[in-house]
Amino acid sequence: MTKTRIENMFQTLNSLDDKAFIAYIMAGDGGLDKLAYQIKTLEEAGVDLIEIGIPFSDPAADGPVIQRAGLRALEHNVSLRDILQKLTEIKDEINVPYVLMTYYNPVFNYGLGQFAKDADAANISGIIVPDVPLEEEAELKTVLKGSDIAIIRLATLTTSDDRLKELLDEAEGFIYAVTVNGVTGKQAGYSQEVFDNLSRIKNKSKVPVCAGFGINSRDAAAALGEHCDGVIVGSAIVEMFNNAEEDNIKKLIPKKNAVHAK
Amino acid sequence: MTETYKYPSADGKYGEFGGTYVAESLIATLEELKESYKKASEDPEFQREFDYLMKEYVGRENPLYYAERLTEKLGGAKIYLKREDLNHTGAHKINNAIGQGLLTKYMGKTKVIAETGAGQHGVATATIAALLGLECKVFMGAKDADRQELNVFRMELLGAEVIRVEQGTATLKDAVNETMRYWVQHMEDTHYVLGSVLGPHPFPQIVRDFQSIISKEAKAQILDKEGRLPDKVVACIGGGSNAMGMFYNFIEDKDVELIGVEASGEGIDTNKVAAAINRGSVGIAHGAKMHMLQDENGQLQGTHSISAGLDYPGIGPEHSFLFSTKRASYEYASDEEALNAFQKLSRTEGIIPALESSHAIAYVMKIAPELPKDEIIVVSLSGRGDKDVEMVKRELEARRTND
Repeated sequence: MTKTRIENMFQTLNSLDDKAFIAYIMAGDGGLDKLAYQIKTLEEAGVDLIEIGIPFSDPAADGPVIQRAGLRALEHNVSLRDILQKLTEIKDEINVPYVLMTYYNPVFNYGLGQFAKDADAANISGIIVPDVPLEEEAELKTVLKGSDIAIIRLATLTTSDDRLKELLDEAEGFIYAVTVNGVTGKQAGYSQEVFDNLSRIKNKSKVPVCAGFGINSRDAAAALGEHCDGVIVGSAIVEMFNNAEEDNIKKLIPKKNAVHAK
Repeated sequence: MTETYKYPSADGKYGEFGGTYVAESLIATLEELKESYKKASEDPEFQREFDYLMKEYVGRENPLYYAERLTEKLGGAKIYLKREDLNHTGAHKINNAIGQGLLTKYMGKTKVIAETGAGQHGVATATIAALLGLECKVFMGAKDADRQELNVFRMELLGAEVIRVEQGTATLKDAVNETMRYWVQHMEDTHYVLGSVLGPHPFPQIVRDFQSIISKEAKAQILDKEGRLPDKVVACIGGGSNAMGMFYNFIEDKDVELIGVEASGEGIDTNKVAAAINRGSVGIAHGAKMHMLQDENGQLQGTHSISAGLDYPGIGPEHSFLFSTKRASYEYASDEEALNAFQKLSRTEGIIPALESSHAIAYVMKIAPELPKDEIIVVSLSGRGDKDVEMVKRELEARRTND
């Protein structure tokens, strides 16, 4: 089955000559009751796709902002099960596609088969698992095969050309291009190297390419957006919600139809 | 080298365990490590350098000592101690640190980083960094750093920079995460000297191989002394590096029973344990599939052991494999039993063991009296107890006041 929801979103943006703005939030940060409000706020700000983070005790790929958000969520005893249940309840109120960003262990403990069913019921459109590289993807791929849930792969500055080829083959949804050698929240590079790398991935990819890690301003979003199909902003948005400054989120989003024109 | 036991597989698996569960950013550097390690292990010059330092710097081979008085006192099986405590820096950790230090230079890198819990691996890494002229940073949970002030100073004395990790629970598992995060940003000139048989492939294999010198020596020594193999081989387990080193060359000798001893802390039925196999379940963290202490949602749990070196929620994937195939069994000893063993070995043999190793001794003290006198047990005395003396004094005093 193709991964229709994400594809449709990019097709629509493409027809408008626009780029995707993807926002990350940590589910359960501030309590799970806030999730519906947080999603609505992002939709109203003009976000095209939402990445819903699942809290984990050992987030090795995350910088301090998302680490702390995860710990706050865990203090509310929020689990993957609770999050999928909540999303199943509110799915009809949500108009943009949403994907999960989770470390593998919560999914593994959930049981892969059951997870696939429940995630499907919650209208999850994709899953990003930072600690499951190509080498370890097979099990997950098998259980998600018949679903509309894309496995979104990451490509980095250090991914070799040969590996990139392998990675882009059978890529689903979009490619998450990591813009730094580092963790989330670390200031994104604007060097020629980063732009070249985005172009390298974009030129070979059949699916859209979105840049993420450390994009924390509208200028950064616009600059990187020029070299790919969209940008992902995480830590900056998590911090705004945490400081009750969510009115500022829309200031991060380049004006529609203006990303590439800037 | 073993002849029929061929693990890990090419993709870094021990049966279903192990693997490479890491961020894409780390893949390139793990590939580089895999290739360099393969080249180094086939390079006689690398091996010669390793052997030279093992002999002249670490002081190997260390004795396989017949603990005659302890044997007599317990009245059963014959007990031999593999004296890793006599190594330079006082524990088995130096074997791996030297191997990986040499590997760092072999790869043309100039800096090393390491995680540490109690500080033993940090001290070992700082030591080899000084020896080999490498720049060294050691990541240590802030809570651990407070508890082990002296080891922090020791590392600084050796020229290392100690970085306090305030994230998460501010203990060893968080130090591991933070070292990984730092590594992703500095892979070009920095090697991560991982301290146990943990983490993504090829680390569990590299650490095991460097530690397997323990069983290589012990096997030759027991054959020399007794003319036969031991009946049981016993070692304590935190992450499992001394146990893996102690087991490895006996794995194909099916009549030799391999026994790992986990820390049951305040009691195996309490929540204050560090026993990944006896109390945990299979999960994925820190780069590998392994047994670990976690809740029903897959969040890693806090651990407790009187011995900081065993205070880690996971166990090396190869141990998970040896457990699931029943090639090795995994028992446990509590804080209390370890404290008793600590004192008993001190008094009967004049050897003060590390609290980690005391868990293995405690288990042997439990089983030896029931075994026939012609049985032979080899125990890994993985480290010396000087570092623990102050802590044991405090613990014993607290117990006396409570009486």
